[in-house]
Amino acid sequence: MKVSSVLLGVSFLNMGLEGVDGMAQRAGLGHRYIRAFISGFFVAVPVTVTALDRLAYVARVEGASMQPSLNPQGQSSSDVVLLNRWSVRNYQVQRGDIVSVLSPKNPQQKIIKRVIGLEGDVIKTRGYKNRYVKVPDGHFWIEGDHHGHSMDSNTFGPVSLGLIHGRASHIIWPPSRWQRIEPSVPAERMPLLNVNEGSDDQD
Amino acid sequence: MFRRVLVKTLGLVGVTIQYGCIAHCTFEYIGEFVLCSGPSMEPTITNHDLIFSERLSRHFYRIEKGDIVIAKSPFDPKMNICKRVIGLEGDKVCTSSPSDVFKAHIYVPKGHVWLEGDNLRNSTDSRTYGPVPYALIRGRVCLKLWPPHSFGTLSKSPNKRIIPSE
Repeated sequence: MKVSSVLLGVSFLNMGLEGVDGMAQRAGLGHRYIRAFISGFFVAVPVTVTALDRLAYVARVEGASMQPSLNPQGQSSSDVVLLNRWSVRNYQVQRGDIVSVLSPKNPQQKIIKRVIGLEGDVIKTRGYKNRYVKVPDGHFWIEGDHHGHSMDSNTFGPVSLGLIHGRASHIIWPPSRWQRIEPSVPAERMPLLNVNEGSDDQD
Repeated sequence: MFRRVLVKTLGLVGVTIQYGCIAHCTFEYIGEFVLCSGPSMEPTITNHDLIFSERLSRHFYRIEKGDIVIAKSPFDPKMNICKRVIGLEGDKVCTSSPSDVFKAHIYVPKGHVWLEGDNLRNSTDSRTYGPVPYALIRGRVCLKLWPPHSFGTLSKSPNKRIIPSE
């Protein structure tokens, strides 16, 4: 996940503006320039970090686990997605959303998967140790679209909602694939029933 | 006149955003103050103690066995829990309560930690819900600030639940 380039870019932009302002006053040029540089730095860095943490985050998708929704061409090109972090601040997701999650197996890694089941859903698994699983409270069931090439809930079971990092809302690169990501669940992956909502809502 | 008010308002909003962002970065990356409630960490931390939890060791993956951590509860992400780290990934931990005759042991899986309260009789922890993903840890408790007579660092584990690694 690439964040450093964006962050530095924005802070340099801000510092550039502050620098021009300082030069206009034409007094103690070098000194003023350095002061403007430092104060610009102290504004730009916290604002950028906060925006990336709270509002939205840009990340490159690696790997084939979400084909064909993301990275349809495989190795040759990788998609860049906008992760909406504001919309998951209350840990609310829908079935079918593509979300990025901190990997339960490796805390340094983020994985991007589709939400298949929410808490209370009974899911028919694909190769997990149990054939049917009821997703416990505060957890969700995530799967990659490319079955068999994905490390997902079929490997490590239901994932705690607290590990959610963001919801992929748009594909922003390459430009030809610019689009909003709509939630969609494959028909055969719909939950069998939901224990919390009652069992009469399945169709 | 109107313009001056507008400029002033915008300036005020800008300063507010700036300080809000600085506060966010401080709380998110350096540390935060936490008010504890509940009996699960007695006698190390009692009800309504004010503690300071630092975020750096979590970000640099320096959490060690015996540290007290604040983590998101695995079953309710809006709730935070305060427990002691009994085992890191690959460590052997005892899953049964001390009164059990037969001791059960497991190895903590990759990317997880084993959390237990110091008050073994009154604590919902990894013995009930199993190992917790490391990424749910928010910070390490390093100082107790209130009440004043117990100000200072935190004591070692009062019960011998940590199995020293060979």
